[in-house]
Amino acid sequence: MPRMPDLLMFRALWVYRGFVWSSVWREFNARYRESLLGAFWSVANPLTMIVIYTVIFGQLMRPTLPGHEGTPFAFSIYLCAGVITWALFAEMLGRLNGVFLDNGNLIKKSNFPRICLPAIVTLSALVNFGIILSIYLAFLAIIGHWPGWLLLALIPLVILQILFALGLGILLGTLNVFFRDVGQLTGVVLQFWFWLTPIVYTLSILPEGVQDAMRFNPMQPIIAAYQTIFLDRQMPDFKSLIPFSLLTAFLLILGGRFFLSRVGELVDEL
Amino acid sequence: MSFLTVSNVGKAYKRYPGKWSRALEWMTGKPHHDKNWVLRDISFTVGPGEAVGIIGVNGAGKSTLLKIVTGTTQPTSGSVAIQGRVAALLELGMGFHPDFTGRQNVFIAGQLLGLRAEEIAACMPEIEAFSEIGDYIDQPVRVYSSGMQVRLAFSVATAVRPDILIVDEALSVGDAYFQHKSFNKIREFREQGTTLLIVSHDRSAIQSLCDRAILLEHGYIIKDGNPEEVMDFYNAIIAEKENATVEVKRLEDGRAQTSSGTGEARVESITLLNQSDEAVEYINVGDSVKLKIDVRIHADLPELVFGYMIKDRLGQPVFGTNTHHLGVEIGRCCKGDKVTLFFSFPANIGLGSYSVSTALHIADSHLAVNYEWRDLALVFNVVNLNRDQFVGGSWLPPQVKCQR
Repeated sequence: MPRMPDLLMFRALWVYRGFVWSSVWREFNARYRESLLGAFWSVANPLTMIVIYTVIFGQLMRPTLPGHEGTPFAFSIYLCAGVITWALFAEMLGRLNGVFLDNGNLIKKSNFPRICLPAIVTLSALVNFGIILSIYLAFLAIIGHWPGWLLLALIPLVILQILFALGLGILLGTLNVFFRDVGQLTGVVLQFWFWLTPIVYTLSILPEGVQDAMRFNPMQPIIAAYQTIFLDRQMPDFKSLIPFSLLTAFLLILGGRFFLSRVGELVDEL
Repeated sequence: MSFLTVSNVGKAYKRYPGKWSRALEWMTGKPHHDKNWVLRDISFTVGPGEAVGIIGVNGAGKSTLLKIVTGTTQPTSGSVAIQGRVAALLELGMGFHPDFTGRQNVFIAGQLLGLRAEEIAACMPEIEAFSEIGDYIDQPVRVYSSGMQVRLAFSVATAVRPDILIVDEALSVGDAYFQHKSFNKIREFREQGTTLLIVSHDRSAIQSLCDRAILLEHGYIIKDGNPEEVMDFYNAIIAEKENATVEVKRLEDGRAQTSSGTGEARVESITLLNQSDEAVEYINVGDSVKLKIDVRIHADLPELVFGYMIKDRLGQPVFGTNTHHLGVEIGRCCKGDKVTLFFSFPANIGLGSYSVSTALHIADSHLAVNYEWRDLALVFNVVNLNRDQFVGGSWLPPQVKCQR
């Protein structure tokens, strides 16, 4: 196949939208299909996570957030804002990494636009994110910390974050087919990356020099933006996201180009 | 107009000498791999409604070729042009997900074939009926037997008549009943104009379904033509793994005669004699006839077995045996000897044209040592001069009794 122009790729994706939708739906189903309580588990898992983080970090360790001494559950709100959105990023990146390897059987045996697979992963991760976000929002409503119209600011942030994960994920996922080390490495890097991003701790507790070095962590400004929306209930500083957006655009083009140039060779390596 | 055009297709897999070679190649931009060509210079066209069989020994490149035609893998050189919707049965159970039910898998498979959910839903009753898996349709596919998976996969792929149907060995998996059923379905499609591309080792499948056969060997097309001819050539190649001396001679009627073998013994002449020992070409149904074969020995041989096979117009075997199975010992032969053999039998076979293939070898088959194999050594016709009218490939005259 000659190099498929990008536009054609999206057209093919549109033609196969039925396949994408039903795969997402089936994946959601399958995750809980052989269980007795079914849908309960889809809620139980994220709920557990919120409870654990709140109890251990928020109540037992009682860190104080400057400026929020009077807010009940301030640390939980801060923590969950970062953890939930990071979970979306980590799930997407982790699964995009193996998206071609895991579906090798399908790729080898039928001819369909390969771009469907990252699309399925993205939508599927978004469904999980949606579930956990609604629990979080319910929690915020109950404790009286509802962000209101500010929630709309979440939309561009999430879109930007998804595009970033897609660009990076497709690049890594394609590379992973040719060099299996990439998958292992990504797992390790994701662990470090989580703890190197101010999610469980705050940026302000870091020494000056380290705070400065945080500029090189692309995930820091976007996580900070979520924390601003949910905890401070303020409009995030969109200007701080300009470098992140540029990086996202760069990764999307790089990942997309790389994927398109290698997609034909892909099947021979599975 | 042609439906499927394969032009100069070649496929090479990259072989890297070491783990780091690919990384080195990507970084420096200089090639660090060997190319392992599995297909080369493949060109052929298939017209609408034509059925083409692809044959060849294992590793000849048949499956790779089908994968390139279906688009699952990309050719290294050349191109494939296709008009119309393609349905492929490659290694059946294609991508069925073990945890999903048969019904869900039907939807996935259908969508992967490019069908819309409504179309699949509309075909669902037919798919259920054709696959005959009953209540299992709502069970996860992991509890299916392999036969059930094949049946379901076949039913999905053929639920909507494709313009081109591509089948890879798949049909040999089902039981005899389902094979018949699927062959009928394929025939039906052909009558409606579906183009067929099929890989099989089954001679009768190729000969009864295909108008044309392509023989692949080491990634090259070495023969493309009438299925019977190509099949004969293929069998000769199998027998000839070593000492390849396959020879094809064009007979007067345009048919190709394939002969092969190492040549220590050769059939000099073969004739069909009637009861009065006259050589005949037309015989009556049920006549007692005799095959007379002269064999010339060209080297000293410790043992020799002669076999023959009568084939019908389509090349399907009607009857075959050899002196080993008949318990006749030809014994030691010396160079220059001439051996004459007679086989008498009643021609209890149906009307039509028949051919006789001969083989000279040792032990029970020609596969180990093959002195000579000759297809279409003799052609004769069976006509009905005075028997009651009947149809079919055999003459089995019954005694009729009617009771009230």
